Amino acid sequence: MSSVTLKNIVKRFGSFTAVHQTDLEIPEGAFVTLLGPSGCGKTTNLRMIAGLLDPTEGEILIGGRRVNDVPIHKRNLGIVFQNYALFPHKTVAENIVFGLKYRDIPSSDIPGKMQAALDLVQLPDVGARYPKELSGGQQQRIALARAIVIEPDVLLLDEPLSALDANLREDMRVELKRIQDQIGVTTVFVTHDQSEALAMSDHIVVMSAGRIEQVGAPQEVYNNPSSEFVANFLGASNVLEAECLEAGPKGAVLLTTLFGKVHLPVEKSLRVAGAGPAKLVLRAEKLQVMKEGSAPEGMITAPATVETVDYQGQTVRYFVRVGDTQLQALNMIDDHPFAKGSAAMVAFRPRDGSALAGR
Amino acid sequence: MSVEAREKRQPWILLSPALTAITLLLFIPLLFIFVYSFWLRTATGADEIGFYLDNWREALTDAFYRDILLHTFKVAAITTVVCAMMGYPAAYFIARSKGNKPLLLLMLMLPFWISYIIRTMSWINILGVSGALNTFLLWIGVINEPIQMLYNEATVILGLVHFLLPFMVLNVFVSVDGIDETLEDAANSLGATRWQAFVQVTLPLSLPGLAAGGLLCFVLGAGTYITPLVLGGTSDAMFANLVFEAIITQLNWPLGSALSLMLLVVLGALVMIYNRYLGMAQLMKGLG
Ligand SMILES: Nc1ncnc2c1ncn2[C@@H]1O[C@H](COP(=O)(O)OP(=O)(O)O)[C@@H](O)[C@H]1O
Ligand SMILES: [Mg+2]
Repeated sequence: MSSVTLKNIVKRFGSFTAVHQTDLEIPEGAFVTLLGPSGCGKTTNLRMIAGLLDPTEGEILIGGRRVNDVPIHKRNLGIVFQNYALFPHKTVAENIVFGLKYRDIPSSDIPGKMQAALDLVQLPDVGARYPKELSGGQQQRIALARAIVIEPDVLLLDEPLSALDANLREDMRVELKRIQDQIGVTTVFVTHDQSEALAMSDHIVVMSAGRIEQVGAPQEVYNNPSSEFVANFLGASNVLEAECLEAGPKGAVLLTTLFGKVHLPVEKSLRVAGAGPAKLVLRAEKLQVMKEGSAPEGMITAPATVETVDYQGQTVRYFVRVGDTQLQALNMIDDHPFAKGSAAMVAFRPRDGSALAGR
Repeated sequence: MSVEAREKRQPWILLSPALTAITLLLFIPLLFIFVYSFWLRTATGADEIGFYLDNWREALTDAFYRDILLHTFKVAAITTVVCAMMGYPAAYFIARSKGNKPLLLLMLMLPFWISYIIRTMSWINILGVSGALNTFLLWIGVINEPIQMLYNEATVILGLVHFLLPFMVLNVFVSVDGIDETLEDAANSLGATRWQAFVQVTLPLSLPGLAAGGLLCFVLGAGTYITPLVLGGTSDAMFANLVFEAIITQLNWPLGSALSLMLLVVLGALVMIYNRYLGMAQLMKGLG
């Protein structure tokens, strides 16, 4: 188990910069997720940690030791590839012991370690089979077993769940987290799926276009996004132009055209320093569509017209018009949803909003 | 017609042009050859029609033919091994190169645009007594008079390698190109050096391609008569030269037929063995 540190990392491919000036500290034993849209540089970062790519600039430290010049086969990392990369000509057992042969492990210990790894991924009896005789989910588990049997310092996972179908993906999510908790290995997980990131991570690193946008615990990144990009990447958000009237230890007051004055608590207004232009972020889940006149005390409201109704069973996604602005609301359905075209009201609690600085 | 019936007929319809050509151009002539091999050539030069086993007896019992057959296999085997050793790294390089793979493959195919005979003859201009190499060596003064480098077993093998190398490279290329590169990354991440990863993963997975290329080189090499004719000496005749000699020079079609069928059966057996143990399915796996 080791920490991982990226110091001033830059990666260019020719004249194209895939990763801009990046600093990142991954604490020992943590489960850290690199989250961002396709092409934002997640895999590039992971491959640099793995030693499959050389950084153009900067340093990579694993367990405090600089590894820039350490070749991949000496880094002692467990990697699970997106396509699993199981050796098709070797049995499951041969796949798992592959990495043990290159370590100083008495050969009498190898069968026991192999079986322990198979037990850990809950496939104790498949050792004699070939990878193609397993289902996608089983191959996934074997790839994981092969990566952890070598007791790696760091476990690297590149979109390991994306090749699975939706149900299996959720099962594997829980399973993967259980295994990581059990062995406690420092884990860097790459995904473009926000729900995976929120469910599994100790820390989420949100990336966009080769840059880190925000690093934080799942609740922090979700509730208090540092930019419009983060607000929209982790679920849908409404971002409204606002004017900050005052900001300080008692919170901030934002003036918006749709909702008038909104008083945010201090923990939601850390990103505005004082009076000036700002933005109000309202998550779609926090914006309630209600019957006129039914809003509880303390909620901020505005009259609205329902324009689009996207019924999803337990929940419904509304697009409503407030003034000349379209807002998105994702609500639980109680009874039946509002009909398209009906007049309603949108409401939110001030503490569910958050502030961003600037235009 | 039902859908099933149509689906059953379709392969035959699609195959029929090829099957017609193969029947007319391969099986019927082969049948002729088979029949010829039992005729007998008389001292007068006329062919005696009938069922004589004399040609077969001669072909199968005369040590002369056996020795040349063994020599042919030796030359073909050396050629195959040299092709494998030279071709594998090249194929691996092309398969793993980034970017200009099509250009590299085109360069590999380029020699096919020149006739095989011309390509073979070109070695005379290079290695002949008044060829480029001798001229150069004379000019720099390493030798005082030209040396004869041609017309021996080595030049026959050289010519065959020149002819057959692209077949080896193409087969291995297709095989290596189909192997997921992340398998090597995975092996490296588990502690294998690049060489160990190659030996443990890529090489075994590319064996079907290597075997297919090897089979092709061996069969084509063992069946050639042009290379030994152009680049070999009197003692470098290969089995196909005997057929050529019997049919073209001596006009002894019956003996030539028996000899050519003998070579066909031996090489055919080799293909069967390959098919049995490595199998076309294995080959397909190597390709995909
Ligand atoms: N070997 C490469 N050569 C050139 N560009 C590359 C290479 N690898 C990745 N890129 C580019 O770098 C950017 C980031 O890629 P990647 O890290 O794979 O993104 P992600 O994993 O976040 O989807 C992409 O625009 C991609 O096209
Ligand atoms: Mg990626």
